Amino acid sequence: MSSTVKIPVPTLNKEISVSTGLFINNEFVPSVDSAEVIQCFNPATEQVIASVVAGSSKDIDVAVAAARLAFKTTWGKNVTGWERSRLMNKLADLIERDKQELAELETLNNGKPVAVARDFDIGDSIQCLRYYAGWADKITGQTIEVDNKSKMAFTRHEPIGVCGQIIPWNYPINMWAWKVAPALAVGCTIVMKPSEITPLTALKLSELVVEAGFPPGVINTVPSLGSVGGAALAAHNDVDKIAFTGSTITGRKIMEAAAKSNLKKVSLELGGKSPQLIFESADLQQAAAWAALGICYNTGQDCTAGSRIYVQDSVYDKFIDVLVSTVKETVIGDGFDNNTGGGPLISKAQFDRVWGYIDAGKAEGAKVVLGGERRNTKGYFVDPTIFTDVDSSMKIVKEEIFGPVLSIGRFKTEEEAVALANNTTYGLGAGLHSTDASQCMRVSGLLEAGTVWVNQYNILSNNVPFGGKKQSGIGRELGSYALEEYTSVKAVHWNIGEKLQWPLSF
Amino acid sequence: MASVFTHEFNTPAYKGKTSFNTGLYIDGKFVEGSDKTTIDVVNPATGKIVTKVAEATAKDVDIAVAAAHKAFETTWGLNMGGAGRSKLLGKLAQLMEEHQQELAALEALDNGKTFTWAMDLDTTFAIDTIRYYAGWADKIHGQVQETDEKKLSYTRHEPIGVVGQIIPWNFPLLMMSWKLGPALATGNCIVMKPSEFTPLTAIRMCELIHEAGFPPGTFNLLTGYGHTVGAAISGHMKIDKVAFTGSTLVGRKIMEAAAKSNLKDITLELGGKSPNIIFDDADVDQAVNWAAHGIYWNHGQACCAGSRIFVQSGIYDDFLAKFTEKTRSLKVGDPFDVDSYQGPQVSKIQYDRIMDYIQSGKDQGATVHLGGDRNGTEGFYINPTIFTDTTPDMKIVQEEIFGPVGVVIKFEDEEDVIRQANDTVFGLAAAVFSQNINRALNTAHRLKAGTAWVNCVNQLHSNVPFGGFKQSGIGRELGEYALHNYTAIKSVQVNLGHVM
Repeated sequence: MSSTVKIPVPTLNKEISVSTGLFINNEFVPSVDSAEVIQCFNPATEQVIASVVAGSSKDIDVAVAAARLAFKTTWGKNVTGWERSRLMNKLADLIERDKQELAELETLNNGKPVAVARDFDIGDSIQCLRYYAGWADKITGQTIEVDNKSKMAFTRHEPIGVCGQIIPWNYPINMWAWKVAPALAVGCTIVMKPSEITPLTALKLSELVVEAGFPPGVINTVPSLGSVGGAALAAHNDVDKIAFTGSTITGRKIMEAAAKSNLKKVSLELGGKSPQLIFESADLQQAAAWAALGICYNTGQDCTAGSRIYVQDSVYDKFIDVLVSTVKETVIGDGFDNNTGGGPLISKAQFDRVWGYIDAGKAEGAKVVLGGERRNTKGYFVDPTIFTDVDSSMKIVKEEIFGPVLSIGRFKTEEEAVALANNTTYGLGAGLHSTDASQCMRVSGLLEAGTVWVNQYNILSNNVPFGGKKQSGIGRELGSYALEEYTSVKAVHWNIGEKLQWPLSF
Repeated sequence: MASVFTHEFNTPAYKGKTSFNTGLYIDGKFVEGSDKTTIDVVNPATGKIVTKVAEATAKDVDIAVAAAHKAFETTWGLNMGGAGRSKLLGKLAQLMEEHQQELAALEALDNGKTFTWAMDLDTTFAIDTIRYYAGWADKIHGQVQETDEKKLSYTRHEPIGVVGQIIPWNFPLLMMSWKLGPALATGNCIVMKPSEFTPLTAIRMCELIHEAGFPPGTFNLLTGYGHTVGAAISGHMKIDKVAFTGSTLVGRKIMEAAAKSNLKDITLELGGKSPNIIFDDADVDQAVNWAAHGIYWNHGQACCAGSRIFVQSGIYDDFLAKFTEKTRSLKVGDPFDVDSYQGPQVSKIQYDRIMDYIQSGKDQGATVHLGGDRNGTEGFYINPTIFTDTTPDMKIVQEEIFGPVGVVIKFEDEEDVIRQANDTVFGLAAAVFSQNINRALNTAHRLKAGTAWVNCVNQLHSNVPFGGFKQSGIGRELGEYALHNYTAIKSVQVNLGHVM
């Protein structure tokens, strides 16, 4: 089965067409050996909105072969940086042209508000592609002085090759852009496995890849179950690099499979349990606003969600008041409703997971100061929930919940705060709120996180690197740093004058 | 009330219409010069005037500088983030592409280069340059230097401010893009003086810059003379940097004026007398083709022209015969004929200068192996010329001619040719032809030139730096290196814990 489906958008009285085949070599094709399909749901209505082909491991083989051929013939060293730049800019233009429809499709499948999808997710994605398009003709190596009379030594920053990319469901389009952009910029080819929960926008974007003029095989899209397609990519002997964003548990499997197969390069963007520290000198109103953003944005389904907050004793009561009244303003609802600030959770499985944690929090003795009540409606809607009186042994404090559930603790001294913040195997993000500059300097230096926000939270820029310390990941995305993840350095020693005498004389 | 230039092109190479405002472009508006005077624009193919454009004076420079400073403080500089600057430059490149044929036609009309060259090289490379720097605009990085945990020490790569840019007549649009790209990408505001001989494409670009959406005052164009506008720019107390491409003679005046005024930062792209060394083991046929491109490209009006062609004795006769035949095959004709390779020289002044050099060659006893005379009776056309039997002290061997005049010199000894090649005050470019890569690279490394070509000549890329050693210039254009010309480094050292 490989065809086009028309997905109705009831509130807007329109349909969006999506090709449902696997996208390989610039064509939508059926699976070579499987009749399995993946059902895509609308998390606001719990309805199936489309079914797409589920790729098998043989389909991954086909896609990898296509990517390899393209890398050897039309991409890799066969395409100039200027041409890569041109094509990427063209793709960005096309996404901008179609951003409204892409946003609606994203909302149907993911639940986030349409305006957020369009202006933030897609807006940032367009910028990301343009940013990396600008890098494509600026990949430079070095020349290195060794011996002027006899040696020309230099480095080539070559594309790694065929890259498997596995992206999550929380920011489908944005995560797609973060992955494809740096890989394309340096000349790699891609086999992309979008999340089996949210494959639709990746398939739609594949149509634009063709329209932009990329040669066949440069980008391939294979929706598949993680345990099938994802595993196949991680273990594939002809994939040179795997990049994954998702849970830490899956990240381990990817790294293991990479080690056991061909020692392919691995970059991982995993989970987090990111803390924010509210010091007594902080602007409490602002800190509360940033804290609300930190846990409510994307309905808490964010790897850097600020899911733990520690407040200095002297301002604790005041801050809790301000925070609760701020978070209370958050409207969780249908993504097609203009009043909605955050959509439903992505799926039944996630919904049950988050409720499991809320129930555990209550059971372990934490105090609910906001939320914690189930709705009795259709859709995986969970309202922001705040726990206080927590301690480090509680599940809600230790484990990543991936929903709008916040745990708040307290501290007396700066040392205590830092210790509490760093008491986790994760290390993705962290925030601190203080107007004491020396404190900001000290604490930002001590926090064990790949991104530290000072007096804000969760704001990213395409040109600033992002990634995790500890078990939150390996490697960096965004900024110039992402280019290194897709580049393989070759040193060339070119003898221009040395004559060797063998055996050597000493 | 500035005027409009309207022209209909009805030629074999291009048919189309152009119509644009020919005033000065200051603070987002087209205006007359303060003295309300004009400059005649001459078509070198005919020697006739095609239009007049507004002439700027020193007073207009003051007005433009004030507008540029205002923009720098409010709408440009670091007030417009890198992504915003990138977007505008990208838009400008797009508009240039939409108007590419028109720009190429204007360039051919004004400068005399063929429409084909103007399309395939000048305008294409100019668009690519703008696109290249659009990509840099949001990638201006400083550093953080590790000192200790109680200190935050970092550098900011800030835009310099208001920069003066003076560009030449040989590649008007291309030179404009080389200057404009990195300066705007890094957040500077510009006061630019195009050559009084070739202002048309620069003026036409102002409407595109305006349409792209650059805030008023970020880019200002003042067509005027070197001794008035150029001098005013290089001596201005409120211009923070001047970038100049042109003759070494004028480059000295610019540097002097910069020193005497406010010690403004300078970059200079000056003249050259670039050697092209062809060894016995070169691929002779290829060397012939490249050598011809090296000296006859753009009618010899290229700062990096390989104007001294050193040929090793073993292949000299073979090379000379083939090179002569190649040169003879280059068609001199109207810029708008589709099979013309070479049009007229840019002006009467240049024509006279080149003819004087040719005469000096004859007078000093060199052999005119080919050409050495005018082509036709109308316009400033000169036949591609080859001199042989020269001696190192001859004017045609020492001085930059800037015309389609090549000097072919026989040599024996490798050490001696490198010495001869380097025996010049210039140091812009050099070329080496040899199939022995060790020999080629070692020679290239020993040549005192900002660009050393190996088995090619006159190949440029937007991402590869270009500039001169010695009296050929100061600083580098193109590539990432050009960004350094337009950024001021500020170190910020923040004490966050040391107690005094």
